[in-house]
Amino acid sequence: MLRFVVRRLLSTIPMVLVVVSLTWGLIRLAPGSFYTGEKALPPAIEQNLRAKYGLDKPWYVQYGKMISNTARLDFGSSLKYEGQSVNAILWRAFPVSAMVGLLAYSLSLLVGITSGLFAAVRHNSKWDYSSMTLSMLGISVPTFVLGPILVLFFSLTLYWFPPARWDGFATRSAVLPVLTLSVIYMAYIARLTRSGMLEVLRSDYIRTARAKGLSETAIVLKHAFRGGIIPVVSLTGPALAGLITGTVVVERIFVLPGLGTYFLNANLNRDEPLILGIVAFISITILVCNLLVDVAYAFIDPRIRY
Amino acid sequence: MSTPELIAGNSLFHQAMRRLVRNRLAVFGMVIVGIIALAAIFGPAIIFRATGYTYDYIPADSNLVKSFAPSWMHPMGTDNEGRDLLARVLLGGRISLMVGIISTVVSLLIGVAYGATAGYAGGKLDELMMRIVDVLFAIPYMMVVIVLLALFGRHTALGQLFLLFIALGAVSWLTMARIVRGQVISLKNQEFILAARATGVPKWKIVLRHLVPNTLGPVIVYATLEVPAVMLLEAFLSFLGLGVQAPLASWGSLASEGIQNIAVFPWQLIFPGVTMALTLFSLNFIGDGLRDALDPQTKRS
Amino acid sequence: MSLLSVRNLRTHFDTDGGIVKAVDDVSFDLEPGKTLGIVGESGSGKSVTNLSIMRLIPSPPGRIVSGQVIFGEKDLLKLPTEEIRKVRGKRIGMIFQDPMSSLNPFMRISRQLMEVTELHMGHSSKQAREHAVNMLQLVGIPDAAARMDSYPHEFSGGMRQRVMIAMALSCRPELLIADEPTTALDVTIQAQILELIKKIKAEIQTSVILITHDLGVVAGMADTIIVMYAGKVFERASAMDLFDRPANPYTKGLLMSVPDPLRESTARGELYQIPGLPPDPANLPAGCPFAPRCDKAADICRREFPPMVQVAPSHESLCHFAKEVYGESAHLHS
Repeated sequence: MLRFVVRRLLSTIPMVLVVVSLTWGLIRLAPGSFYTGEKALPPAIEQNLRAKYGLDKPWYVQYGKMISNTARLDFGSSLKYEGQSVNAILWRAFPVSAMVGLLAYSLSLLVGITSGLFAAVRHNSKWDYSSMTLSMLGISVPTFVLGPILVLFFSLTLYWFPPARWDGFATRSAVLPVLTLSVIYMAYIARLTRSGMLEVLRSDYIRTARAKGLSETAIVLKHAFRGGIIPVVSLTGPALAGLITGTVVVERIFVLPGLGTYFLNANLNRDEPLILGIVAFISITILVCNLLVDVAYAFIDPRIRY
Repeated sequence: MSTPELIAGNSLFHQAMRRLVRNRLAVFGMVIVGIIALAAIFGPAIIFRATGYTYDYIPADSNLVKSFAPSWMHPMGTDNEGRDLLARVLLGGRISLMVGIISTVVSLLIGVAYGATAGYAGGKLDELMMRIVDVLFAIPYMMVVIVLLALFGRHTALGQLFLLFIALGAVSWLTMARIVRGQVISLKNQEFILAARATGVPKWKIVLRHLVPNTLGPVIVYATLEVPAVMLLEAFLSFLGLGVQAPLASWGSLASEGIQNIAVFPWQLIFPGVTMALTLFSLNFIGDGLRDALDPQTKRS
Repeated sequence: MSLLSVRNLRTHFDTDGGIVKAVDDVSFDLEPGKTLGIVGESGSGKSVTNLSIMRLIPSPPGRIVSGQVIFGEKDLLKLPTEEIRKVRGKRIGMIFQDPMSSLNPFMRISRQLMEVTELHMGHSSKQAREHAVNMLQLVGIPDAAARMDSYPHEFSGGMRQRVMIAMALSCRPELLIADEPTTALDVTIQAQILELIKKIKAEIQTSVILITHDLGVVAGMADTIIVMYAGKVFERASAMDLFDRPANPYTKGLLMSVPDPLRESTARGELYQIPGLPPDPANLPAGCPFAPRCDKAADICRREFPPMVQVAPSHESLCHFAKEVYGESAHLHS
């Protein structure tokens, strides 16, 4: 197991470099450059700018420099936000996004698994149908529709939460963003839990458990749960990718100073160091989280051994 | 094929069709999607005939407050520029649906071809192809798509659209390829394939005429569920300003415009939002219904 | 006084293709300390009968329509759920066909064994553990104490079945129901498992219901045998009588299907097979369900449902021509 983890961690490095290179290539291939505004610059000024940012060197030299910097996790300074190093920005913005994401996902797991369990155990009952329909709604209502509607209702009508402000995680201002982001995952998790549990409850070993005289509660919680929850664990990998997009949208709606906002703006401003820094950082995060998910599998299913 | 013909008969396909029409939610979904699609396709023309409004028509009589609430003249109200919102929502529907369907088709073609080849070839080629897929899976797709769209696409509306098709299609073919490969691998050792090989049918024919049709089940289900997922992605991107550009509209970009004035003119967001939610809702039910119809074990308790 | 009395049991399933009468008016008795063999092809209803006894039928789509299952003076079908749970695992133990899928792959063997006695006998975890180790030793698992904490996939097929047996017998039940216990195992292991069941039966004094499609399995084990077809009991006799003088064309057909080196036709290289296929359970023909395949079938067989005829004490056959068939088979072994 340890060897597996180490091997995966090591393979993270080339993966991240590939992604960063790809991004860098896209940035360089794109027409225009970061300093072009509405009007064209006089050539002399342009020359100076290029020299200042090392853009006058041949592309492979620049690429090499970028790679070596990335490997040392030195992303330089932002082009747009004068004087701020990319790492400083990451340090400031990541906790915001991470917290919103984490809280949202935890909430989804809590509510989703519980309602999925109930739906599976009370199969074909009113509870089952209503929670499945609700979850269908959850999947279908886009985040950017749900968010504003919640704001309209809770902020602008009831005055419970601020509409678009960020005061920190433990405050009221965190409630709506977290809730908005979590709804879609709640829905997916509820459905997956339900179908996973239903499938497991049909299996032979559950029949054996019943034949031993165990109560339904014991069967569901002690025997069926571990197998039934596996699809939810599988969801976590792709869910992560979705959480990232979702966070970008939520940050836009609620005006949160998170990585998503910075990333979007960096792209619009062609702020290359910041773009690369965020891409590298997020890639590492995704790969590490995927690794954690795979490790979790091994804990849940004893048949899996790395 | 008429409906009676569709469900008569006893082949697996017909059994599946029977199960599908019995699923009331799925039928309901199909009806709703049908209505919305028809409205999106023919609606704008009808509106134009009736009222002269198009999605980008700005009435000459200017008013300081241009955005009107829903009324007889404008059933969905107007947006900030005074343009009729219903026409815009319908056009947005056209674009959103089109993006969803075309991108899914793109990913389907790539995914099926890739997956079937890898699965049938087996051995080193399969390993190599799947390694590539694994590496690609690790790329944070949405980030790259955001970079791509932000940097390349902000020039012509049509160019952006084209770019969107490619980018979104490229996002989902990976899972499709994996599904198809899995199916092909489990099928390829079954007896009817061995029989075909024994009688000398060339490999490409085997893949095309025997394997692919039998993988259709999961592929169709996945594709049907993929359409709303892709539409959601496009909406997200348009919402962020990266997707469909003005003057074209998609539901996502309409929402992006609408959210700015949510406190004062809530209908600007609500109508496109609810329409989109309704469409996705129905599409998801159809996808669910198809999955239950084609694989009935998942439904029976 | 019978240990178990099944009377007119009817279990139906609601399927897409119609109502399947999986068990249609089945009755039998089991005396304490005896082994009852239930023989039949796939789809004959033998497994469903036994699942019905413990009310383990998945419902929907199945339901026990009518009948009685009298076990120790109580009708199990009428007990509230709480009560039937006290019977399951404690007074009736059950082992299933496929030990790999019948054991929880996510749980250690120790846990799966211990929870039975913790539940029914109030053992503490220490007591349960000791008891479990003893049971494993009883069923012949080498190195039981050490291997207790393994997972099912770490055992071989035969071992897993032994574990199942240990689990089912943990509380010394009065009845053991073995549903095709050897079907999924290699032939050599089959013999071992059957021997084990015999040995345990003697030691713990349980009665056994053995379900199988394999006449060979039932021959060495059962005291009484019932033959099932299309959800009905077609013949009931002591094992000796059944093999010696079958009174039903179906039973005869089954016996003939077992290649017998002493039979002339087998020596010639001919293998016998009952012609035709088992009937579609949702669409049973009127009259005798075996008629389409029976070489003795006459018009009456296709028109009228056959009566249960008693051809000898403790020997009954469901057939219009039971007595004739019984008479003919007297000459089988002459």
